[in-house]
Amino acid sequence: MNSRNAAWATGLAALIALPFVYREPYHLHLLVLILIWSFAYTSWSIMGRFGLVSLGHGGFMGVGAYVTALLWNHLGVSPWIGIPLSMVAAGALALVVAYPCFRFRITGHYFVLVTLALSGIVLQVITATRDYTGGSLGYTPNRTKGSQLLALQFDDKVTWYLIALFVWVMGLLIWRWVDRSMSRYAMEAISEDEDAAAAAGVNVTAEKLKITLISALMTALAGALYCQYQMFISPDTVSGIAVSLQMVFAVIVGGLYVSLGPTVGAIITILLAEILRIGFGTKAVGWDNLVYGVLLVVFIIFLPKGILGSILDRFKTQPKPSGTP
Amino acid sequence: MLTVDGLVKRFGGFTAVNNVSFRVEQGEILGLIGPNGSGKSTIFNMLSGTLTPSAGSILFNGSEIGGHPPHRIINSGIGRTFQIPRPFHRLSIFENVALAGYYGQGSHSRARADEAAERALAMVGLSTDRHASVDGLGAAGLKKLELAKALATGPKLLLADESLGGLDETEMDQAAEMLRKIRDELGITIIWVEHIMGVLMRVVDRVMVLDHGEKISEGLPSAVAGDPRVIEVYLGTDADSSQAAAAEARRPAGV
Repeated sequence: MNSRNAAWATGLAALIALPFVYREPYHLHLLVLILIWSFAYTSWSIMGRFGLVSLGHGGFMGVGAYVTALLWNHLGVSPWIGIPLSMVAAGALALVVAYPCFRFRITGHYFVLVTLALSGIVLQVITATRDYTGGSLGYTPNRTKGSQLLALQFDDKVTWYLIALFVWVMGLLIWRWVDRSMSRYAMEAISEDEDAAAAAGVNVTAEKLKITLISALMTALAGALYCQYQMFISPDTVSGIAVSLQMVFAVIVGGLYVSLGPTVGAIITILLAEILRIGFGTKAVGWDNLVYGVLLVVFIIFLPKGILGSILDRFKTQPKPSGTP
Repeated sequence: MLTVDGLVKRFGGFTAVNNVSFRVEQGEILGLIGPNGSGKSTIFNMLSGTLTPSAGSILFNGSEIGGHPPHRIINSGIGRTFQIPRPFHRLSIFENVALAGYYGQGSHSRARADEAAERALAMVGLSTDRHASVDGLGAAGLKKLELAKALATGPKLLLADESLGGLDETEMDQAAEMLRKIRDELGITIIWVEHIMGVLMRVVDRVMVLDHGEKISEGLPSAVAGDPRVIEVYLGTDADSSQAAAAEARRPAGV
């Protein structure tokens, strides 16, 4: 246990030190993207690992990004207030959609379909209100001059790298907190048999809502951060069904049941997209989605625990279903 | 302790339970028997909150619990087992029981949950090893786990659903003995649903017989086993088997 903590501390220290030693902007940019998306994927897996497969997380991410940006541009509300408000909005949306699902026991494929509709609705709302949101052309938060803490806008990549790193670590800590809590037992039980879980005294609806709420709040934060970092958002990049599918894909490829699985998934998906972009340029537009689709099928059949999950299983003499952070 | 009055459950046009009333006194073991489809499990599901009654009332220690969600009923002091064991395979044996100890007692204390789990596992005779997997358990072991989960919720009233299906003679006797021990040592009142009549008749204080959703007989095991209506609907008209059951019921307890 101690050697594991030491390994984590060393790894973290190395990650913090990295931008002070190595400052190649393009590589730092990739790292920031990887960290933000890793956090988003971790957020998804918080509930996804318990069989609550949501295709609505693109919606939560979109709410996080757009609410923050709209409040800033139209009302001049600082992202420091706008981000929490956007998280509240995403949380409220999650409760409105999830409560009836859980109360009336819409599970499995039907739950996936309801959440898929949520992604679609958020996308439609963004495009329909194009006078405010810019519609499918995208939206840009008003720029401040240079870096400004109040506006959460920074010119240098190092600051963003450190912010993204901090949030990513927070995401892992939340994952670990859930993993070690009694809620994990309850959610594992619920994912197998809701009636039996209820007979053990578990308030099934409340437990599912709790985990969904945590996941939605985190995902909205990821969306808001993405917006503040890129300073440009469009329905295609932070919202909608494509983003939701990308989350599922990345998490399954990386490993659904291990804390660093979503991070591994983010590294793979972002590098893949970049390689296709640089290698084939505009000829390869949309190829990444094709490759994702093929890989997704291959992974679900041959490596259901994902890359990291399968590697960790090899090392363990006694495989544990939960995986350890 | 439990007063059920005029309980009805309809599924569409089909009445599974029709106007059933009964009482359970503190510290007794009530046997609930009847052929397949007679409404035993439906009554259990209403008592434990899995189903909402169509009509009637269920008073537990003086307060109405009919239609309450399962977790509230479990927390108010009713524990249940399922006819077919429903363990959580992704959790270890100990975690299965600790989960029930944590949420079932309503205290949400990890220490109390672990303590309840250890006690319940020791009571039913399962290993308290924290990592032992559910997959290693046989039919008898799964029944024990089911019982341990129910006990860990700290029930005052235990609803034991057909806990002997799939066991051999020796295991059946042990399981029956276990229920008696739970009542005697922990002071837990028990309603025991079963269709294997013989073993049940030796352990229970009173028996209630259901047929087609209606109560057709209630009383001491020896009296019920001799009731002609019971013999007809439950045991059929085969005189030998009904006499055998009656004889079984007259055997002294614990033999």
